[in-house]
Amino acid sequence: MAAVSYRGDKLRIAVQYLVLTMIAVIFIFPLVFMLMSSLKPDQQLLTDSGSMRAFLPVGDISLDNYRNAFRRAPIGLFVFNSVFVTTATVMLSLFFCSLAGFSIALMNWRGKSFILAAILATLTVPFETFAVPLLLMSSKLPWIGASGLEFGWLNSYRVQIIPWIADGLTIFLFVQYFRDLPKDLIEASRVEGATWWQIYYKVVMPLSGPVIATAAILKFLVMYNQYLWPLMVVQEEQYRPVLVGLQYFFQLNLAWGEVMAYLSLITVPVLVFYLFLQRAFIASIASTGVKG
Amino acid sequence: MFVRKLTESNAAGWAYVLPSFGLLVAFIILPFFFAFYFSLTNQRLISPNPTEFVGFENYRNLLSVGTIVLEPERDANGALIINDDGSIEYPRLRSFTRNNPEYPHLDRMREWFSWQTGPNNELKRVILARDVVFMRAMKNTFIFVLVVAPLQASLALLLALLINQKLRGINFYRAVYFMPVVISIVVVAFLWRLVYDGENGLLNNILQAITFGRFEPVDWLGNSDTALGSIIGMSIWQAVGFHMVIWLSGLQTISPTLYEAGKLEGASKWQTFRYITWPGLRNTAVLILIVITMQAFGVFAQIDVMTNGGPLDSTQSIVFQAIDRGYGKQDISGGSAISVLLFLIVLSVSLIQRYVTRERS
Repeated sequence: MAAVSYRGDKLRIAVQYLVLTMIAVIFIFPLVFMLMSSLKPDQQLLTDSGSMRAFLPVGDISLDNYRNAFRRAPIGLFVFNSVFVTTATVMLSLFFCSLAGFSIALMNWRGKSFILAAILATLTVPFETFAVPLLLMSSKLPWIGASGLEFGWLNSYRVQIIPWIADGLTIFLFVQYFRDLPKDLIEASRVEGATWWQIYYKVVMPLSGPVIATAAILKFLVMYNQYLWPLMVVQEEQYRPVLVGLQYFFQLNLAWGEVMAYLSLITVPVLVFYLFLQRAFIASIASTGVKG
Repeated sequence: MFVRKLTESNAAGWAYVLPSFGLLVAFIILPFFFAFYFSLTNQRLISPNPTEFVGFENYRNLLSVGTIVLEPERDANGALIINDDGSIEYPRLRSFTRNNPEYPHLDRMREWFSWQTGPNNELKRVILARDVVFMRAMKNTFIFVLVVAPLQASLALLLALLINQKLRGINFYRAVYFMPVVISIVVVAFLWRLVYDGENGLLNNILQAITFGRFEPVDWLGNSDTALGSIIGMSIWQAVGFHMVIWLSGLQTISPTLYEAGKLEGASKWQTFRYITWPGLRNTAVLILIVITMQAFGVFAQIDVMTNGGPLDSTQSIVFQAIDRGYGKQDISGGSAISVLLFLIVLSVSLIQRYVTRERS
């Protein structure tokens, strides 16, 4: 009797692993295909896609596609632009949003509930519904540049960074986290005469590693994967991020090998980053669902 | 009282919140209200003429629909005129829609769709719209949302239930299922263009291999019957891991003692799900439904990369139209009007969802 159920258990587990693996294949095959194809000449790439060879590094394997992709487009510049815009936005966002979250969660001031309600209300407005007027606004906004006061933010880093610094979700994540910090800690610091600024950066922020990681990962994903907004506001090559740079490969006859090389180049670093910090990535997405 | 005094600080409180709040006002709240304002004008991105207030003209151009019943053309004897291809000859629609004083309400409209009606099916009922492309974009977007929201939510739940088991190496599978989420939708859309390709596409090759060559290859994205479905499939593939993780965090809030109690009572797997798991996921379900719906209404990048709205407008979407006008054609007012309509649609749908899923006590 015991032996039968043991064998049944084993079979059940085997079936579970089979199902899990088959689903994993569905999620992984386009990525393997991308990596393998980036190593093959166009002709072979297309004929290989008729068989399992599409997923294997076989045949005429080389890094030629990567070399040609670099020749076709200023990839280094695009990567720099994306990394710069992403890093700057993440840093500024963490600073300003945590400061706002700190104020809302831990300080008492008049008008707080109204401000919090307004911040939360912005979460219900999808970006797509104000992208067009924001485009017009950005074309007219003032800026103090090298030659004094100028107007128009199009084709710049600032137009890709500044509108994305503050967002309701990041502020909300900080508010939630700070509210759960022990109140005594803040009050004790106040009693000892600490200024608010000291409490913020000496007491609260050092305790906030988890929420900082969560907010940074979410913002990183949003910023590195930006497409619609830079498509609208950046026409000059000089400021183009990686995904808009893809347009260099839109030709009548797509050079698929080069496209795959470019896609691999801009995707693999993110995937490696993800695989190392897998738990943190998944936890950060999960935290957007809690209490929501 | 003492405590409150300690944490009270109007000046510092405002000073800390103001930079973020100011940015939100400048880059979300203000443009949001500008969308309403611009939609009532003829604002363009660059224009030599001053902007004029035009009332609801942009909305009329987008939303005007009309209908007309066409009587067939008859020859001198009163018999129907049959075209070479066997169809009945009707008067040209243009004679009604171009400066016809008897039909002012049909002015500048084009045929959207039509059907035969009346005795002997001789009459033709035509539905016209001033902006047929936008009508198609609305229809496609609603189809997209109606298919994606329930399908993606339930597939994500199935994956979450699968992943929520205690098996060795389960974290590996969780990581793999979630992987597409960290990749840009633009990259994913590019990859799937090769999957869906009509000549050398992976999908055709797989289907042919499974059916031993009996499957006829399909140009998935080049065919107006399959293009929208293909985009739906690829969108779900990309985003399902995101909602799997949210379901998972919901599953983990359910107390294990409930499951133990169920086991003691001898509950079947289905009963366990129906009476323990599902009620515990109620709030998660509402959240996921609302989030997916909001995201799905914004469908844009896939379409931009894969089909550009084609073939035959079969993959046009509301956001694609808004961007096509506001950015592509530099028609800020037209794009804003579409944006406002999108906001009103998303708002009413989520209010309905909240009402339907409200807590009944």
